[in-house]
Amino acid sequence: MSELTREQAQALIEEVLEVYPEKAKKDRAKHLMVNDKTIEQSKKCITSNRKSVPGVMTQRGCAYAGSKGVVWGPIKDIIDISHGPVGCGAYSRGGRRNYFSGTSGVDSFCDINFTSDFQEKDIVFGGDKKLAKLIDELEGLFPLSKGISVQSECPVGLIGDDIEAVSKKKAAEIGKVIVPVRCEGFRGVSQSLGHHIANDAVRDWIISNRDDKAFEGTPYDVAILGDYNIGGDAWASRILLEEMGLRVVAQWSGDGTLTEMENTPKVKLNLLHCYRSMNYIARHMEEKYNIPWLEYNFFGPTKIKESLREIASHFDEKIQEGAERVIAKYTPAMDAIIAKFKPRLQGKKVMLYVGGLRPRHTVGAYEDLGMEVIGAGYEFAHNDDYDRTMKEMKDATLIYDDVTGYEFEEFVRQLKPDLIGSGIKEKYAFHKMGVPFRQLHSWDYSGPYHGFDGFAIFARDMDMTVNNPCWGMLKAPWLKDDAEGELKAA
Amino acid sequence: MANIMVRKSADGGLSFYLPKRDIEDSITSIEFDTPEKWGGEIRLGNGGVYYIDPIPAPRLPISVRARRVDGVE
Repeated sequence: MSELTREQAQALIEEVLEVYPEKAKKDRAKHLMVNDKTIEQSKKCITSNRKSVPGVMTQRGCAYAGSKGVVWGPIKDIIDISHGPVGCGAYSRGGRRNYFSGTSGVDSFCDINFTSDFQEKDIVFGGDKKLAKLIDELEGLFPLSKGISVQSECPVGLIGDDIEAVSKKKAAEIGKVIVPVRCEGFRGVSQSLGHHIANDAVRDWIISNRDDKAFEGTPYDVAILGDYNIGGDAWASRILLEEMGLRVVAQWSGDGTLTEMENTPKVKLNLLHCYRSMNYIARHMEEKYNIPWLEYNFFGPTKIKESLREIASHFDEKIQEGAERVIAKYTPAMDAIIAKFKPRLQGKKVMLYVGGLRPRHTVGAYEDLGMEVIGAGYEFAHNDDYDRTMKEMKDATLIYDDVTGYEFEEFVRQLKPDLIGSGIKEKYAFHKMGVPFRQLHSWDYSGPYHGFDGFAIFARDMDMTVNNPCWGMLKAPWLKDDAEGELKAA
Repeated sequence: MANIMVRKSADGGLSFYLPKRDIEDSITSIEFDTPEKWGGEIRLGNGGVYYIDPIPAPRLPISVRARRVDGVE
């Protein structure tokens, strides 16, 4: 489909909203907009971070998902107890593919599900005793863990268990950090509040633990915040920073450790990749420790070069030279990749609906490949995310917040994009519609996509998906209306 | 009363952040901005108005208590 004008896009939104009852229609209309680059503040035209309309199919998660699944889960040497019934922990175990180096079950615990498995009796009599016993068992079975976090599930908040008291008592007994996290799933409207709660727990229980301990710093210390090492993303980012002469002290939280996190207040600059999930702790460190923070984008060569230069501008000539050296080193390889894949992907249209940072950060990478993002939206973004997104997107593109299953399908039916990037819940619906789809939450079991090395994989994956011959075979032969189909049917 | 955080934004102006509700906005004007006296009425980009008890100019960012005078949202 050719590019929409503003009026056509607005008409499309109206048309899609037509099926809703009056009240839901009014509510949903606030969450859909046509991008207008002249508007500085997104809140004038889009509402976000609001409760989803009952009855529609939303793709959002819960506060527990934001805390345990996103922020705490990837820290490798902390055991995260899913405190409550067994399901929440089982379904959030390792699905995000946060890679780590270490031996699972010995010194790393990312892909094991630890849960207190609440039963009726724990609801009636409280689960504090069980939690205490669980911590003792963990200490016996996994003595090399550096700390424990207690991630509350809904019932814990509902019955009013005092996990703080248990954590405090047990921490004194076993001499390790035990962090109670009040991330019950019913809090907030989406996983976004879970990120906030998790950041606050880090702030209260971890960040100042090594304030009075000596640390051998260098003027080039940085920390990577908001990179969850999905498919090895943080590693692909880290080597670039190290190549330009910086020292990466901590990775938050993909392949990160408790000690790294405790040492983060000693760095000179915090590099923030996922703004939505980690800006809270960056703000705290800026206020308390006077560490500036900087948002960067490691998707696609154009944005990586921009980001490397911006990061380097916070340091001296040595690092700035280093950044230029890194850029010069990788440019020929990147040019080769673009030369190879751009002719195959030129002019293809993409629609995105993910979380966190991807709907805006990957726009540059798609543009490097000659592709065009015609629609983007977030599950759980706030208005400051849309402020940033509107600048990245072209005029008259669609922006949708917390889009419902129906709306998204309808947009796709009408706009006919060549590729959709979204989550596992949307994946099979669009596969059945015959639209090329990449699962962009965990890179569709591929990755890394960050950094120069990641872009090579990104380009290959997009080509593999868009130009896959299978999409032409989805229509049954007897339903094909062309001559060839008739021939076969006869 | 609400806890807010005021920080210097990249463009040199001030920005406002309300952690409780995750609202971030630019500060368009601040009543007092001298080394001896800082604070007073602050106006936000979204039209909201908050009041901070004046203090000597602090190191930014800073978390302070603020009173909502006229809030949009």
